[in-house]
Amino acid sequence: MPSQSPEDAQITRLIREDWGRLLSTLTDFGGDLALAEDCLQDAVVAALQAWPTTGLPDAPDAWLITTARRKAIDRLRRARTQADKAGAVALWHWQHAPEAEELQTLPDKRLELIFTCCHPALDEKSRVALTLRSVGGLTTAEIAAAFLDKKETMGIRLTRAKKKIAAAGIRFRLPDPEDLPDRVDGVLKVLYLIFNEGHRGSSDQLMRTDLAEEAIRLGRILTTCLPDHLEAKGLLALMLLTDARRLTRKGPGGAFTPLEQQARARWDRGKIHQGKALVEQVLKAGPPGVYALQAAISALHAEAPDFASTDWTQIVALYDLLWKLQPNPVVLVNCAVAQSYATNPSTALKQLEATGAGQHLQTYQPYHACRADLLARQGRLEEAIIAYDRAIALTEAPEEVAFLKARKALCAFVE
Amino acid sequence: MQFMLLIYSKEGSGPQPGTDEFGPFIGAYMGFTQKMKDEGKLISGEGLQPVATATTLSIRDGKTETVDGPFAETKEQLGGYYLLDVADLDEALKCAAEIPTVSYGRIEIRPIAVYD
Repeated sequence: MPSQSPEDAQITRLIREDWGRLLSTLTDFGGDLALAEDCLQDAVVAALQAWPTTGLPDAPDAWLITTARRKAIDRLRRARTQADKAGAVALWHWQHAPEAEELQTLPDKRLELIFTCCHPALDEKSRVALTLRSVGGLTTAEIAAAFLDKKETMGIRLTRAKKKIAAAGIRFRLPDPEDLPDRVDGVLKVLYLIFNEGHRGSSDQLMRTDLAEEAIRLGRILTTCLPDHLEAKGLLALMLLTDARRLTRKGPGGAFTPLEQQARARWDRGKIHQGKALVEQVLKAGPPGVYALQAAISALHAEAPDFASTDWTQIVALYDLLWKLQPNPVVLVNCAVAQSYATNPSTALKQLEATGAGQHLQTYQPYHACRADLLARQGRLEEAIIAYDRAIALTEAPEEVAFLKARKALCAFVE
Repeated sequence: MQFMLLIYSKEGSGPQPGTDEFGPFIGAYMGFTQKMKDEGKLISGEGLQPVATATTLSIRDGKTETVDGPFAETKEQLGGYYLLDVADLDEALKCAAEIPTVSYGRIEIRPIAVYD
């Protein structure tokens, strides 16, 4: 990407911050997301040409909306060679859209945009990409880089998704009240996918767009649009609290660093503070959902001055609640780890094996890694070595393999 | 906006004639059809005879080929359809969720192409 002048960079930043709101307003004018995006893009190009010489207009938003609207009308007029009915209706809508001067009083349509991008009729990867593009204002190239995809491939994916929205009858509107809980869950899932994708990337991939930051930004937008939704807040809290520890998860050379050895002084206190405040709000407001519970657990880790003084009993209690809502292997294993510190490794192992009996865990790496650790800490070293071997065989990430091998070597040495 | 709701299921997977479940199942279909009619959404809707009755035709280079059986040998077969006029995909999805076969098979929702 060619380097930008500071003015251009400022304009680009400003446009990205406002992209979702501008795009949602324009989409609301004509109901057509693809056209709205094309016109907004046209307006941005015009802005990058005009603003460096004219200076920023008083109301850049209104300027962009007015310009984009003019471009839309031009495009529709040009495309109407076949004079189709749908085109005529669209043109009418664009011509009768509110004036840009009214922009300050225009309702925020970002929520409609979020629900459109996360519609269950789109495939999951397209939902993720479209949300980043439309709500987050990332470029196709940035999204492609984030997912290690080719720009062309990502472009085709986005175009297809927009075509499906238009052709399949996905309307730009809020879901009916009875559909809202499911649809919000779907949106939260998309945000969490973006966040986790960001955390999978290793720190040396500087080209990779910071998806974790993007997910947090989208989470903030969502909680602004849905101020009373507890799980939306819970997810934002979870992302903030998890991200606060990001820098300390990997040691020099990308080595995996467990919680026990993380440098707590380097945790991001600002994010922890925001995350904790959200958790407290949510827990006061009602029974916590799965995101809020995970956020609450994360908050307890974050506020412990060191590993030993963590409130493990409280964490076990929260995992028990989480298990009731979401009985999956991840919760099972994490609960066993917490139990091993709240009581002892032997109790935790019994619980892990008893509860895990009905689950299909033979190929679940964390189950074996956890068993190995619990066995080793009881001095059952021979069994621990076997469990470490199982875990290593199931691990792909080289830094995790290295970590497990080191642990196994320690057992063999002591034995 | 018009949508075609295509009803696919494995033949013999739903309640069968002669069982206790069959009456309520057919009743549910009649109820759904009536509801769509009352709400002004129904354009048409029919059930199809089993795939054993299907004949598939093609003409290539002027040569006609007639084959006994359905277009594709799949586990789930097209068994019927509703053509509905509703506001958007969300509404079509809601209607599809009320088709009794949704619990046994699958409903594919396709917008009708508009040529104007």
